[in-house]
Amino acid sequence: MTMELKEALQKFLLRLGDNALIQGQRLSEWCSRAPMLEEDIALSNLALDHIGRAQVLLDYAGHTFGEIKTADELAFRRSEREYYNFLMAELPTGNFAFTIAKQLFLSAYEDLLYEALCESTDTHLSAFSLKAVKEARYHFSHAADWCMRLGLGTAESHDKMVDAIHDLWAYTHEFFEMSDCDLLLLQHGIAPDQEKLKKNWLDKIGKVFMRTGFSIPQDTYQHRGSRQGIHTEHLGHLLCEMQYLQRSYPDASW
Amino acid sequence: MDTQLDLWEVFVQGKSGGQFMHAGSVHASDKEMALKYARDLYTRRNEGSAIWVVLSNNIVSSAPEDAEMFFDPANDKIYRHPTFYTMPEGALQI
Amino acid sequence: MQQTTGKMKLAELETNFERKIQAEEKIEPRDAMPEAYRLHLIRQISQHAHSEVIGMQPEGNWLLRAPSLRSKQILLAKIQDEGGHGLYLYSAAETLGISREEMIRQLHEGKAKYSNIFNYPTLTWADIGAIGWLVDGAAIVNQVALQRTSFGPYARAMFRICKEESFHQRQGYEIMATMMKGTPEQKKMAQDAMNRWWWPSLMMFGPHDSDSPHSGDAFKWKIKRKSNDELRQKFIDKTVQQAYVIGLTIPDPLLKWNEDKQGYDHGPIDWSEFKNVISGNGPCNRQRMEHHKFWHEEGKWVREAADAYKKRISTLN
Repeated sequence: MTMELKEALQKFLLRLGDNALIQGQRLSEWCSRAPMLEEDIALSNLALDHIGRAQVLLDYAGHTFGEIKTADELAFRRSEREYYNFLMAELPTGNFAFTIAKQLFLSAYEDLLYEALCESTDTHLSAFSLKAVKEARYHFSHAADWCMRLGLGTAESHDKMVDAIHDLWAYTHEFFEMSDCDLLLLQHGIAPDQEKLKKNWLDKIGKVFMRTGFSIPQDTYQHRGSRQGIHTEHLGHLLCEMQYLQRSYPDASW
Repeated sequence: MDTQLDLWEVFVQGKSGGQFMHAGSVHASDKEMALKYARDLYTRRNEGSAIWVVLSNNIVSSAPEDAEMFFDPANDKIYRHPTFYTMPEGALQI
Repeated sequence: MQQTTGKMKLAELETNFERKIQAEEKIEPRDAMPEAYRLHLIRQISQHAHSEVIGMQPEGNWLLRAPSLRSKQILLAKIQDEGGHGLYLYSAAETLGISREEMIRQLHEGKAKYSNIFNYPTLTWADIGAIGWLVDGAAIVNQVALQRTSFGPYARAMFRICKEESFHQRQGYEIMATMMKGTPEQKKMAQDAMNRWWWPSLMMFGPHDSDSPHSGDAFKWKIKRKSNDELRQKFIDKTVQQAYVIGLTIPDPLLKWNEDKQGYDHGPIDWSEFKNVISGNGPCNRQRMEHHKFWHEEGKWVREAADAYKKRISTLN
């Protein structure tokens, strides 16, 4: 594997791992705060799937460095500019509708992404994706169910979903950006064509929206930056809290 | 008025081919939600291969006071059990 | 659940209840039972359920700051279990004819209690170790005994809970053990947590048998199978040894092995602190209740939406 390809793979793995980790952290915020005890447990399950995924992906990413890094080193010792998760993942949790809309967009993407990655020429990734795709499919189903309930529930729940969809839409196109590293990975059959994913993703979201009476926002401005490690202000605060113990006691192991 | 949604009873089948056993209950508004909550609550330690949920209100129970009338008459029907029968010595595979 | 109508007289039913209790048979929800028995159970089971749910907060306080991916997953799975246990217990209480809405209302109005222990703050990561090891350790001693309680649904909930809780105490002890093998700062944190959680953990078993107001009926009805002091003793005896193994000191200068009773004698428990916390003046009483009320209120529109959706689809079908 050339240096260039190895670096591209590393960035890609960090993106996947960071997305899982940051979503896991945000979903964990619901613990003891969900609308129902049952939903509290459901959201914890989603968070656990994500953190588990982060552990495997960051561990693999760690092996692409000259000096091997552990998943924990990558999770707890990197700074804002070294993170590659989507901006949407780091946005503050917001209300339940915001979380559901976020989950809908992200899990629809992850469902398609991991499905495509099952065919990756990278055997680690393809083996991992077989498991991840099952999780993502369930996450999407959870989000789509709630989309129906909130969309067709009360006027209040409907409006909250509309607001959430509107606010989050500007962070969706970033998922599909083809950077140089994405192009290189595509050439080697490691990662899929994001443009293709975009078409399927729009179909998938469109189907849910059709049943719930939401419409896809048109021509809104799209935020970008995470491919270059440029984030919103929110990520720094999230990392501050998450990395507190590891940073305060650098010599300790837990 | 607060709502904690409807009460459902959950039955879990441990392995394909096995019996469905009552696992407990969940609160949910609709059947999809009841199934997912049952999954999250009663199969997160790998206990399940299939789940049934049913609205608690749709279950009919016998009355405890009727237990004697219902169940005691079955006590003396010993001819329903294989040990009731005398088999000739030496007969195999019966 | 619907029920066919039975045909038996009240007097007969009550004799049946007494006979079943004597014969160590379980009482099931549709069996006749004295009203006082039903009310006692509702109070005890709902308090137990609320404790599990409020107990999610002090541990949740460290969820986002857990120091490794492993510890984050373990802690989240553990808190999730507590929520699940709250749910099993609410369900057990519901079979006695009280709704979950009503139980939550009683909690918010201060009519229903939860375990005092959760009114203490979790100040460092070592507190997560101390909660798992000491608080869950104490709870398990109590819950193992409750598996033999006379009310069927409560006993079944306890059985499931005990099975699931077996990893909780180990998780806490592992945190403490790791810290005691760590840097001087970590050791200090661990001992500090031990000092703050030891006495409140002993208080979890409730007043001494001689001062326990509810014990009489609870024993007679076989809801409670072992006394507060018996359970406390059991907890102390197993925990002291575990503390020694990892080099923690028990913050009780009067703690001493008693050869005759084959158990430890301990120093006096400060019941004035217990009473103070139970009457609402613990460090976190207000905070815990405000949190629960706030998020319950915050979730209302979601529950209403789910309910409205149900009605909407049922008219379509």
